[in-house]
Amino acid sequence: MLKEYLTIKDIIGPLVLVEEVEGARYEELVELELANGETRQGKVLVVETGRALVQLFEGSTGVDVSRSRVRFLGRGIELGVSPDMLGRIFDGLGRPQDEGPRILPEKRVDINGSPINPYARNYPSEFIQTGVSSIDGLNTLVRGQKLPIFSGSGLPHNRLAAQIARQAKVLGVEEEFAVVFGAMGITFEEANYFTDEFRRTGALARAVLFLNLANDPAIERIATPRMALTTAEYLAFDLGMHVLVILTDMTNYCEALREISAARKEIPGRRGFPGYLYTDLATIYERAGRIKDKKGSITQIPVLTMPDDDKTHPIPDLTGYITEGQIVLNRQLHKKGIQPPVDVLPSLSRLKDKGIGEGKTREDQADLFNQLFAAYARGKEAQELAVILGETALSEIDRLYYNFADTFEQRYVSQGEDEDRSIEQTLELGWELLAVLPTSELKRVRQVWLDKYLSKYRKEDSATPQKDGI
Amino acid sequence: MNEGRIVKISGPLVVAEGMTDAKMFDVVRVSEKGLIGEIIELRGDRASIQVYEETGGLGPGEPVLSTGQTLSVELAPGMIESIYDGIQRPLTVIREKVGDYIVRGVHVPAIDRDKKWPFTPTAKPGDIVGPGDLLGVIEETVLVAHRIMVPPGIEGKIVELNEGKFTVEESIGRIETGEGVKDICMLQRWPVRRPRPFKKKLPPVEPLITGQRVIDAFFPVSKGGTACIPGPFGSGKTVIQHQLAKWADADIVIFIGCGERGNEMTNVLMEFPELKDPRSGEPLMKRTVMVANTSNMPVAAREASVYTGITIGEYFRDMGYRVAVMADSTSRWAEAMREISGRLEEMPGEEGYPAYLGTRIAEFYERAGKVICLGSDQREGAMTVIGSVSPPGGDLSDPVVQATLRVARVFWSLEDLLAFQRHFPAISWLNSYSLYLDELEEYLKREVDERMPEERRRAMRLLQQEADLQDVVKLIGVDALSPENRLILITARSIREDFLHQIAFDEVDTYTSLKKQFKLLNIILVMHDAAREALTHGAPIDKLQGLRVREEIARAKYTPESRVTEIDRIKEKIEAEIEELLKTEEIDA
Repeated sequence: MLKEYLTIKDIIGPLVLVEEVEGARYEELVELELANGETRQGKVLVVETGRALVQLFEGSTGVDVSRSRVRFLGRGIELGVSPDMLGRIFDGLGRPQDEGPRILPEKRVDINGSPINPYARNYPSEFIQTGVSSIDGLNTLVRGQKLPIFSGSGLPHNRLAAQIARQAKVLGVEEEFAVVFGAMGITFEEANYFTDEFRRTGALARAVLFLNLANDPAIERIATPRMALTTAEYLAFDLGMHVLVILTDMTNYCEALREISAARKEIPGRRGFPGYLYTDLATIYERAGRIKDKKGSITQIPVLTMPDDDKTHPIPDLTGYITEGQIVLNRQLHKKGIQPPVDVLPSLSRLKDKGIGEGKTREDQADLFNQLFAAYARGKEAQELAVILGETALSEIDRLYYNFADTFEQRYVSQGEDEDRSIEQTLELGWELLAVLPTSELKRVRQVWLDKYLSKYRKEDSATPQKDGI
Repeated sequence: MNEGRIVKISGPLVVAEGMTDAKMFDVVRVSEKGLIGEIIELRGDRASIQVYEETGGLGPGEPVLSTGQTLSVELAPGMIESIYDGIQRPLTVIREKVGDYIVRGVHVPAIDRDKKWPFTPTAKPGDIVGPGDLLGVIEETVLVAHRIMVPPGIEGKIVELNEGKFTVEESIGRIETGEGVKDICMLQRWPVRRPRPFKKKLPPVEPLITGQRVIDAFFPVSKGGTACIPGPFGSGKTVIQHQLAKWADADIVIFIGCGERGNEMTNVLMEFPELKDPRSGEPLMKRTVMVANTSNMPVAAREASVYTGITIGEYFRDMGYRVAVMADSTSRWAEAMREISGRLEEMPGEEGYPAYLGTRIAEFYERAGKVICLGSDQREGAMTVIGSVSPPGGDLSDPVVQATLRVARVFWSLEDLLAFQRHFPAISWLNSYSLYLDELEEYLKREVDERMPEERRRAMRLLQQEADLQDVVKLIGVDALSPENRLILITARSIREDFLHQIAFDEVDTYTSLKKQFKLLNIILVMHDAAREALTHGAPIDKLQGLRVREEIARAKYTPESRVTEIDRIKEKIEAEIEELLKTEEIDA
């Protein structure tokens, strides 16, 4: 029989201070029983001789000092995992939300996980074809990568995430895959969009959903991504599946973290976020990857909305320092009707170099994307210039770039939600667009590739490269 | 030693009572699990301890035992090719012992105790030796001869010194000191927070050749110098650190992954054994030691990792080697300091960082240098320290950046705008600086080309002029410029794209020797001079811009090192094409 304490002293926000405690341990799971019999869960944040500070996951509404009972359960927060979780929907703390039966766990796992030994990691190198040109062609995703979507409120990040979840495949192989979806503080409609999408495309049978909605307790969100990742680790490294984890919206998660930090009266860092935000986010993002001699993998796509589209805000900033690149969505592009509105210049996939090239995608891809980036950047510069000087003031060559940037956005980046482009289509499209530029401008591409891939898109008059252009 | 009791746990900070004999910075074992921690504050018999492993599940009342020793590294043969965590536990052994995840309370020695190394003495009985004197040598890898030195604090006459195979703890000989005869073994310990001693510091006058054009030619760092690389995420800090670790002409490379991505360490682990050192042809791993504390590993050990790495670096420096220490990223180290400081409830300085941040950073970078090592043979060793900094939002007013800039003498400023244009390395040529330029000028004149420093200055001037002209162009358009000014823009663009831009992933372009760097820069400036000359003879600027030879200049950087002389031949083509242009223009006229 567990000892019950009636010795709550203070309740501050989601924190409860319990006194006269014996044997409480750091990070231990706590159960709090209200006078009306309702129970809440929490964990120990600080423990001192005789005192424990407990953080409640479901908030402290209705908790009183005199009649609420506290039990220390003697174990950390665990999740019971089982293959039966596939196809099921849970709340943010891992309790079934659908009508399905109870999950009989194969084993119980601490949701905090343990860091993967860097020596045990296998470097991600398998190309994932998402069918989205701006990702496949320019910011290639590979298995075991963590590639966040940096978005803003009102932008279609969820559609892009769903599209990736729907279309992602590794070329030439049929393997067991699964999607784990962790929702933190998103609205009912957004969550509904995902469940409907998964249901419509039949993906639900291969998916596990953890939903903490906007009206659910904010503090519960601290546990939600960890529930999702614990499930993902089980599916990937115990059952050998390839798991895609989508976490949305990390901004809500960070705000919950700030709430607790403020309640603890910690010295705040930038914008009131705790100084350990980086470390805390790392314990989530770093749970992506592959392990030597294990079949499965965890690929993470966290979604976050940048407050006021500001990339230097601590949440996107620290995320960018941990994740292996980022896909940035842009409001102007969205307004121009470009779908997905991926701003390719600040977007980046750090692992792409290992996932592309001969035998993975195609030999010419590295040169091609370098050239596309450079040309698009130059085109954007020309467009800025034209705003000040007027289009007529542009040199001949700048005008070519000016137009290139436009067609690039409209044809390459924009493709709509249901178009699933193969990597060949994406690459050929790249060459086709580059063909408007003279050869002397294509410095980033080796001659062999120019001969092999570009020539078929050239019109006859460009045989002498000097004449077009300048 | 008295056993204390835990009274409080808050994250990585544990407070224990009853620690009567404990000293500051003693290493302690926390709870029955034996977690490793370090005392960072003492109040009466209450000690605050930063714990290098996860503290979940600990409770008040558990025992804390002081080891009486400060945090130290073990120094002996067997370190090269290792990958350690922040407190020098080999990650390879941890995996063998506990599997793919790092669990806590694992105790593994830093150095393999069973391996026998063939020791060849270079000193002989009867020699009078002091700390730092060489006793003998061990072929640790094909690239590294591990020199065994007399440990600090031992002085006297060698009584016995044996050739043969020894483990690191076995006695290789005996020295008669003032306090009696002492056995000597290869294993040394050194506290990480204390710099290892040397005889004298020297001014660093030799460049660390990195094969990266923007660095070697424009912003060089010297052997024994310090450099910092601040930049927002995605600007390529880590790629530059990796490039330097790969190609820098150091004898030993210490790579400290401090609070960075796990996959990056894996990348180094998988790539370095495959890559060949351009000088020796041997795998790069055979001169590399790695210290990895990835961002999800315990935060307190992050604080220790940079010290662990730099102390290992100093040990190799003391052997007379040229060592390069790469720390990626020092911001994570500073943040670890901030986190611990916050939990100690210290009064914060700027941005919540502790007030002693600047001191700690300065102490760290000052451990770099070119020195005359201890020992009687006057050998010279050098340790270069290159730290990357990850300022929030790329904001250079960040306290860590500012504290670093005060002590590091080279500043490679990474800009995300350049990275967006895929101009790599994204080192800004306008904001970066190197304070070693004057000191290195002699070397460049002697070893590369008499004209090298002057060509560099000309190129820099052109780039600066370009920046000024760009402001004008933004207002009135490029056509309004004089032909001379347009030529400056053309040449500056060529310097940027054909010289500064360098692709790390291209087999040829990834490394450029100093000689080739000079040729590449020279050819661009020759082109510039020839074109300016042609302008005075009335050649139109558009035609000069469109010369075919420009394509050859652009591709010159892909010329393999074995055929660099071919670059000089472009000069003839420049001459020929310009001559032809002038001829046709005359006819037109």
